[in-house]
Amino acid sequence: MPQCFDEMTLADGQIRAVYGKVARWLAETPDELLASRRAQAELLFRRIGITFAVHGDKDAAERLIPFDIVPRVIGRSEWTRLEAGLRQRVKALNLFIADVYGAQEILKSGKLPSDIVLANPYYLPEMAGQRVPHDIHVHIAGIDIVRIDEGDFYVLEDNLRTPSGVSYMLENREVMMRLAPDLFAEYRVAPVENYPDALLATLCSVVPRAARGEPTIALLTPGQYNSAYYEHSFLADKLGVELVEGRDLLVRDDIVYMRTTEGPKRVDVIYRRIDDAFLDPLAFRADSVLGVPGLFNAYISGNVTLANAVGTGIGDDKAIYSYVPEIIEFYLGEKPILKNVPTWRCRESEALAFVLDHLPELVVKEVNGSGGFGMLVGPHATREEIALFREKLSCRPDNFIAQPTLALSTCPTSFESGVAPRHVDLRPFVLSGSDGIRVVPGGLTRVALKEGSLVVNSCQGGGTKDTWVIDDARLENLPRGALGKPERTREALDQ
Amino acid sequence: MLSRTADNLYWLARYMERADFLARIVDATRRLTAVPTSQTGAGTEWDSTLEASGAAEGFRETHAAAEEASVVDYLMFSTDNPSSIRNCIEKARTNGRAVRTALTVEMWDAINGAWIELKRHVMSNARGYDREQSTRFLEFVKKASLDYDGAAHRTMLRNDAYWFSRLGLYIERADNTARILDVKYNILLPETEAVGGSVDYFQWAAILRAVSALTAYHWVYRESLKPWLIAELLILRPEMPRSLIACYENIVRFLDSIGKAYGHKGIAQRHAHAVFARLMESTTKEIFQSGLHEFVTAFVEDNTRLGTMVGEQYLFD
Repeated sequence: MPQCFDEMTLADGQIRAVYGKVARWLAETPDELLASRRAQAELLFRRIGITFAVHGDKDAAERLIPFDIVPRVIGRSEWTRLEAGLRQRVKALNLFIADVYGAQEILKSGKLPSDIVLANPYYLPEMAGQRVPHDIHVHIAGIDIVRIDEGDFYVLEDNLRTPSGVSYMLENREVMMRLAPDLFAEYRVAPVENYPDALLATLCSVVPRAARGEPTIALLTPGQYNSAYYEHSFLADKLGVELVEGRDLLVRDDIVYMRTTEGPKRVDVIYRRIDDAFLDPLAFRADSVLGVPGLFNAYISGNVTLANAVGTGIGDDKAIYSYVPEIIEFYLGEKPILKNVPTWRCRESEALAFVLDHLPELVVKEVNGSGGFGMLVGPHATREEIALFREKLSCRPDNFIAQPTLALSTCPTSFESGVAPRHVDLRPFVLSGSDGIRVVPGGLTRVALKEGSLVVNSCQGGGTKDTWVIDDARLENLPRGALGKPERTREALDQ
Repeated sequence: MLSRTADNLYWLARYMERADFLARIVDATRRLTAVPTSQTGAGTEWDSTLEASGAAEGFRETHAAAEEASVVDYLMFSTDNPSSIRNCIEKARTNGRAVRTALTVEMWDAINGAWIELKRHVMSNARGYDREQSTRFLEFVKKASLDYDGAAHRTMLRNDAYWFSRLGLYIERADNTARILDVKYNILLPETEAVGGSVDYFQWAAILRAVSALTAYHWVYRESLKPWLIAELLILRPEMPRSLIACYENIVRFLDSIGKAYGHKGIAQRHAHAVFARLMESTTKEIFQSGLHEFVTAFVEDNTRLGTMVGEQYLFD
C-alpha cells in the first residue's frame, strides 16, 4: 500500500491549516474525556433511534452505524471547486438520461456504444419516448467522492436512484454540536440544517403542470423493515410530508391518492425510496407487495411526479460511469471539473487482458453491484479469492470494470486505543429542480473503521463522521511540533 | 391524516394502556395471594386474573398449572401470549416506529426507552422467576405507561392524531375496567356481604388496586369497602378516571372532535353517544336489580362494537 494522504497531518509533520483547531482539540482533550464523548455519542444515537438494518444479519436487526467524534474538515476554497464540479456533473447526467429516453443523440453521435445503453439492465424500455415533468430525472443525487492527494477530488461513483445517508449528515451535525460546542465556536462551520428546506423547494418545483393549488407531496417507503427506514421517517418529518407505504396509496383513473381518515386525497409529487422494479406490480415486478398498482400509468400520464424518475439507473451504472467525462463534454461542451477514477472496461478485450494480468493490484467491480458486495479488492484478497474471481470475470467480462487500488485519503479517527488515521470518502447530495441546482455545503463522510480497510460501506462495518466546510481564507499550516505534544499525535499516526 | 397512521396511533395507545392494566392486576393478585386463604376464600385468584386479562384460553393451551410463577410469566413475558406485557410493549414500539413522524420526540423517547429497558428485564427474567425482580418489572411497566401517556398529553398537537390516540386509550381502559368487573361480579353482589362478611374484603381491595382506585374509594365515600359502592365507583362515578362513565365521557368528546374537524359524524359517534347516555341514565340500584353480570357483559360487547365501528369509519378502508 503506497503512503497515503492524511487530511490532517502531512508527511513532513505539518498540520494542514483547516485542521489546526481539530489537532489542538485532540492534543489537549484528555483521553478520558474523548472516551466519555464517544460513549455520549453512542447514547445519543441510540436514544434518537437512528439504526440501520444490515443485510443477512438477523441478530443485528437494528444496529447503530458507528459515529466517529473527530470531524472531517474541508476548506471553503476546496469546497467551492468541488461544488462546481458536482453541479456540472449532475446537470450533464440529467441531460444524458433525458436524451437516452428521448432523441438518443449521444448514441447517434457514436460517443457512446449503443449496446452499453440499450442492452443495459438499467435501461427501461418502458420509459423510452416518455417525457417526465420539467424534464428532470435525477432530483436527488449522492455523488461519492474520494481524495488521494491535496490537489484533487475523484468521483468514485454516482448514485442516481435512491441515494441514502443524508439523515446521517444532519444528525451527525446535531450530535457533534452537543459533543464539541467549543470547536464549533472556534470554527465557523457552514450549516447543513437547511437541507430539508432545499429538498422541499426542489420537490415543489417539479409538480406536474396539471396539478392545482398547494402541491401534496408524500415520501414513499418500503416500510419499517427496510434498512433505511429511519432516514425515510426522519426526512418525512423534516419535510412535513406524509410518510406513505404502497398500501396507503391507490390509483383511480390514472390519478394517485392516499388513503386518509377523511377519504382519498390526491398526491402530486412522490419522493420515492422504493426501487423501480417494486414501484408498480402491473408495470414491473408482479410479485411486488411494496408498490402501488397503476402508479406507472399515472406517472406516464403526467399526473404525478416521481422523484427520482423511473429509469435513472442507466445514469449511475458502473459501465456508464467510465463515459461520464465524455457525457459532460457532449452535453455541456465543458471540460469535467471533477476527475473520474481511471477505469478499465472489461468489455474491451485489451482492457480485459490487462485486468486479468494485474488482478492482485486492482479493484474489480460488478457493474450492477452495490453496497461493496460482489467486488474484488486485489491487494487484500487471498490467492483463492483471486482465482475464483478470475473465473467469474472471464465468463462475463461485460459485467465488470476495474480500477486501480486508490490510496484513499485518511482522517484522524478516535478509538479506545487512541487516535489513528482511517480511510474516508464523502457523499455530498445534489438537488435538481425546475428552478436550478441546490447543494448544501457538506455531506456524509464515511470512514472504514478497520485498520487498512478501504471499504466504507455502512453494511460492511463502516462508520460516519460529521463533515465541516469552513472558511480557510486566513488559515495557515501549523509547523511540526506546534502543539507542544507532538509525540502523542505522531505516535498515534504511526500505528 | 393517513388512515394507517391513525390506526397505528390508536393501537399504540391501546397497547400501552393494556400493559399498564396487566401490571396492576398482576400486582393486585400477588398481594391477594399473600393473604392466608382462610381470609380470601377459594384460592383461585390466578385463574380469575387470567380471565380478567383475557388470556385464560391461551394459558390453558400451555397446559401449565395456574400458579403464581407460571401465570405471572405468561402475563408478563411470554412470547406465546399475544397480550403479554412484553408483546404489548413490542407491538407498541413497532406501531410507533411505523409512524415516527406522527409522534413527538418525547413520545418516541418514552416508547423507545421502554423498549430498550424491556430487553434488560427479559434477560434477567430468563434466569427464572424472582418475585423481587418481577416487582421491579411491574413498577417499570406502570412508569413506562405513565411516561408515554404524559408525553402524549403534554406534547401532542390537539388534532386528529391526538384524538385517535386518546380514543384508543379510553376504549382500552373501558374494556379493562369492564373485564375486571365481569370476572369479579359474583363478589360484588350486595347479598354476599351477609354471607361472606370480611372474607371478601381483601378481594374488594384487590379489585380497587387493579384499577388504582383504592385511595380514590376512600376519598369519594369516606367509609369502609362496600361492594355496591365499588361497583358504583367503577361504573358510574365520573370523577373516577377509570370508571366506565369517565371513559365514555372522553370517548364521546374525542369522537365529536374528530367528527367536527372532518365535517361529519357517523355510526361511531352515534353508537358512542348511545352507550354514554345509557350510563348517564343508570343507577346502581337498577344495575343490581337487572343483574350486574348482564349489564357488564352488554357493556363489553358495546365497547368492542365501537372499536369495530371506529375501524370501519376511519382506519382501515
